[in-house]
Amino acid sequence: MSVEAREARQPWILLSPALTAVGLLLFVPLGFILVYSFWLRTATGADQVGFYLDNWRAALSDPFYRDILLNTLKIAAITTAICALMGYPAAYFIARSRGNKAVLLLLLMLPFWISYIIRTMSWINILGVSGALNSAMLWLGIIDTPIQMLYNEPSVILGLVHFLLPFMILNVFVSLDGIDTNLEAAANSLGATRWQAFLQVTLPLSLPGLAAGGLLCFVLGAGTYITPMVLGGPSDAMFANLVFEAIITQLNWPLGSALSLMLLAVLGALVLLYNRYLGMAQLMKGLG
Amino acid sequence: MGWNLIRLWSILVYGFMFLPVAVVVLLSFNASEFGTFPMSGFSFRWFIELANNEAILRAFRTSIALGLMTAAISTTLGVLASLALVRYRVPGANMISTLLIAPILVPEVVLAVALLLFLNFLNINKSFVLLLAGHVIFTLPFVILVVQARLVSIRRDVEEAAMSLGASPVQTFFQVTLPLMLPAVLAGALFAFTISFDDITGTLFWKPGGVETVPTQIFAMLRNSISPEINALGTVMIMMTAGLPLIGMAVARQVARKRGE
Repeated sequence: MSVEAREARQPWILLSPALTAVGLLLFVPLGFILVYSFWLRTATGADQVGFYLDNWRAALSDPFYRDILLNTLKIAAITTAICALMGYPAAYFIARSRGNKAVLLLLLMLPFWISYIIRTMSWINILGVSGALNSAMLWLGIIDTPIQMLYNEPSVILGLVHFLLPFMILNVFVSLDGIDTNLEAAANSLGATRWQAFLQVTLPLSLPGLAAGGLLCFVLGAGTYITPMVLGGPSDAMFANLVFEAIITQLNWPLGSALSLMLLAVLGALVLLYNRYLGMAQLMKGLG
Repeated sequence: MGWNLIRLWSILVYGFMFLPVAVVVLLSFNASEFGTFPMSGFSFRWFIELANNEAILRAFRTSIALGLMTAAISTTLGVLASLALVRYRVPGANMISTLLIAPILVPEVVLAVALLLFLNFLNINKSFVLLLAGHVIFTLPFVILVVQARLVSIRRDVEEAAMSLGASPVQTFFQVTLPLMLPAVLAGALFAFTISFDDITGTLFWKPGGVETVPTQIFAMLRNSISPEINALGTVMIMMTAGLPLIGMAVARQVARKRGE
């Protein structure tokens, strides 16, 4: 074998373990559940192999599933909007701060590293009937009896915002940090007010970061089932909860496959759309 | 309007991020029987109970073993793939990168379902193997992103110098490239361990009955009510998952400084 041929083969040898893992543990399983979603789970609990449209008919036409899907997208959209409103100014502050940016970023990363389940359940300590907020209001005499602030849609959104906000701030920061501050100064010297300079120069240049953060918040928010289980009430189930129910509780795996693929199709379409217009590179910058 | 308002807003945002965590830590030292306010005194009793709770200790052992194995496998696969992507001109490199990070582009629930049902079809039931496979595939993209980002900054000419002085490619890798890469490798491993240690979304699907990791143990305990013990467990987790990377970064900085001298 020539030196060139060996040289050309080397990267593939290095790549093959990782590519095999992703192929066997992600792509083949995804293909498998696509086939599986056309099978039927019979009353005896056995799978009937074949080409049945029952699961897809149920998943696509049952108003129960449709309503929960729409509600899931609504919750994800509200969460993303709140993250953007809360996160953008904070990211701007870090990017333009004359202080120690590294320390400010590190402070932001700390809650990021703290376990998702801990951060989610910590809100029970704050909003619960005997939590911090009720105790404080009772002590101040604002209320006479504790009020239940948990197990509703707002508490689910609150938990999601707390979980996803660092993703937003980080992505916006990365794109703001890459903007030359001289551009704003130039706009100012040409007669723009600071606000005008921000709106017409800085904000448009930071939109890719905002979009990357928004995509992550939306996709991660819409795919969660833990937050509604911990902070939501019985009527706050999100789409991933339906998947969990079908797979773990009802053991109806073909139906669960169809529901999973439906979620993948909706969220995957967003990722592809993003990739088409903005490219994956921006997303990778914020993740890396 | 202006800078002061932005500063105030940012302080509030930081407060929002830290307040719930601070309350968990505070309540874990509460002497009272209930995990709630008002606090009735300072005590370590919940940490002592934690240390005597066999179920929680078992969950810790499971999580640590799982995290270490995940980190070892993921980092090996990730470092090899990153080397190929950074060091060689591979046709279709962009496409390959996207394929390799696909596990985090797919919603984790979907990944969890697909892997569970496929391995079950292959007669690999819910087991530690399934759990490990899931954690590896889910952490691999993070390792690749972290390692690749750092690998770019290692200069190629140092290796070429070693080779021109007569070192074989294998010698060059172990004596030149690997030591230079070590911070990147460690960062990747630490990242993989932390993500594995924290994971609950996939783990709830993959774990065999009776086996709990720390997050699923906390989740199971939440079914009853929030107890000071959960807060104490939360405090331990916070120390582990936030403390470890901090120590890692401090060590990395120390090493870098020594090298700079």
